Amino acid sequence: MSVLKAMLSTVAVAATFVAGTAQADDVRIALVVKALGIGFFEAAAKGAEEAAAELGGVEIIYTGPTDTTAEGQIEVINSLIAQQVDAIAISANDTDALVPTLKKAMQRGITVISWDSGVAPEGRELHLNPSSNPLIGNMIIKLAADHLPDGGDVAVLSATTTSTNQNIWIDEMKKVMGNYPGVNLVATVYGDDLADKSYRETTGLIQTYPDLKAIIAPTSVGIVAAAQAVADAGKIGEVNVTGLGLPSEMAGAIESGASQSFAIWNPIDLGYSATMLAYNLATDKAEAAAGAEIPMGRMGSLTLDENTEGAMADPFVYDSSNIDDFKSIF
Amino acid sequence: MLKRLVKSREMILLSAILVLLVLISTRFPGFVAPANMANVFNDTAPLIILALGQMVVIVTRCIDLSVAANLALTGMVVAMINTMAPGLPIPIIMAIALTLGAMMGAINGLLVWKVGIPPIVVTLGTMTIFRGIIFLLSDGAWINAHEMSASFTGFPRAVVLGLPMLSWIAILMLGVFFVLVTRTPLGRSFFAVGGNPHAAVYTGINVGRTQFTAFVLSGALAGLTGYLWVARYAVAYVDIAGGFELEVVAACVIGGVSIAGGIGSVGGVLLGALFLGIVKNALPVVHISPFWQLAISGSAIIIAVAFNARANRTQGRVILKSAEHAT
Repeated sequence: MSVLKAMLSTVAVAATFVAGTAQADDVRIALVVKALGIGFFEAAAKGAEEAAAELGGVEIIYTGPTDTTAEGQIEVINSLIAQQVDAIAISANDTDALVPTLKKAMQRGITVISWDSGVAPEGRELHLNPSSNPLIGNMIIKLAADHLPDGGDVAVLSATTTSTNQNIWIDEMKKVMGNYPGVNLVATVYGDDLADKSYRETTGLIQTYPDLKAIIAPTSVGIVAAAQAVADAGKIGEVNVTGLGLPSEMAGAIESGASQSFAIWNPIDLGYSATMLAYNLATDKAEAAAGAEIPMGRMGSLTLDENTEGAMADPFVYDSSNIDDFKSIF
Repeated sequence: MLKRLVKSREMILLSAILVLLVLISTRFPGFVAPANMANVFNDTAPLIILALGQMVVIVTRCIDLSVAANLALTGMVVAMINTMAPGLPIPIIMAIALTLGAMMGAINGLLVWKVGIPPIVVTLGTMTIFRGIIFLLSDGAWINAHEMSASFTGFPRAVVLGLPMLSWIAILMLGVFFVLVTRTPLGRSFFAVGGNPHAAVYTGINVGRTQFTAFVLSGALAGLTGYLWVARYAVAYVDIAGGFELEVVAACVIGGVSIAGGIGSVGGVLLGALFLGIVKNALPVVHISPFWQLAISGSAIIIAVAFNARANRTQGRVILKSAEHAT
């Protein structure tokens, strides 16, 4: 009896060993987020698992501090270094504070990349931006043009006159206006990222331009207020509100029809791409250098600029077909 | 004499508004259409309601800079209540908003009355405290249209006799405040306290308590507007109505309320708010560069106040008609 017991436990120990070695062969990628329990990052983790399943032999460690502090992330990274993971993909709470700890990780042979919210260049091998200014500029006009087969008047409702991001996106949009013949930009107005002013400016646009077909609002406050103003003016179906917004904030506007579609980055794609990039760097299939092109599975490839940063893709388009899946995420 | 001057001051503002409307209509005729004027009034309704509360505060020689933050906090709270209990009837929501707003006004009032801190300091403090509390409550997250119930967002825009409920509430408040400040002892004591606090004490008026009451009224109206605002724009977040307190004070000052206290009228406040409302609604449609809009709004305020300052100088501060006739 006791011999049998001893044999059984030996087998059990041996089995654990076998399983243990199998796990050690896995590429272990840690997805470190700003804080646990945020819908956006939970979705990114889902994307990372998707990439892991596609690659095979990859283990995802989804982790992060409980609150969005750099100190919390440093603790998490230190424990990951102790666990000797193969790669760390981080959305940083602080650009500079994490650099020393991440340098230590790289010295131990761990691949470090940042995504979403970046780390200073010396603290990572590459940074994955969700999108780029030219891509966003093109996307916002494309969103309007897609629902205007015969062209028509469109207007932009921006944040403040001095909002850097919005001004760059609008400039990029104007550069590619020629690709959308028949679509006319009649005005750019500023809602100052205040719900009431944005609402009033939208009402003004509707009155001034009776033929207005679309309002492009590349700001999350503006797009929501514009959709409400269009709904209140009884112009649903005549004036389409589009631009950049968050699914949770825009679900009502999509439901009412005031907005046909809008765009923002897709956290699932972001987590997927970050995992693919981390895998390719960790397994030496690619090297992070200026000008390098690193494949990232179904998302194509990432081209790095002189700061070893790259843009993932066009912003992701949300409409009535997918809003319900995303509105609870972020 | 007094009556004539008050009348003329309001007449100046009224004619300024009419001139403004004529100028706008030369550039955009559709603006003066009755339907659009109703829209402008509706858009100005929150400003009118808040300015009425601000008026009684300023008349008692105080100022309430926390109205916009109070509005935002109450708006966030009622929106959260609505997401948790969508079936709660609107009258109860409004009662909650009024009570909560009045409580925040009472905090201002007590600090001014019992602790004796200058009102501008008190309300600057509570302004940031209220905004901070919204952040703590909401974690910075938004409450969005699809999370609110249809009756919650539908009430301010429900049309009764050609006007939305939001406009009717503003009209109701105008009526209530007209009666309050012209026909009640409390209303007259606001003016007595602001006009000459020492004399007010001799007539048996408790200056501190009168100022406290003014803050409570202002807070209650801010709370009520908080619900209306959140329901109208169908969104609640930390920064709603950011900077709106200054617009409210501007509406009062343009409307002839003296920042030194003791002078002000419901009619003047209505016109002051309408003046700002018309400018704000007209600027987007008359093709003026957005870079100029702020400068134009600001100049309009200064010109209007300059007119009022002149009118106030000639008028003096007479609060008792009989005493004036006696001299």
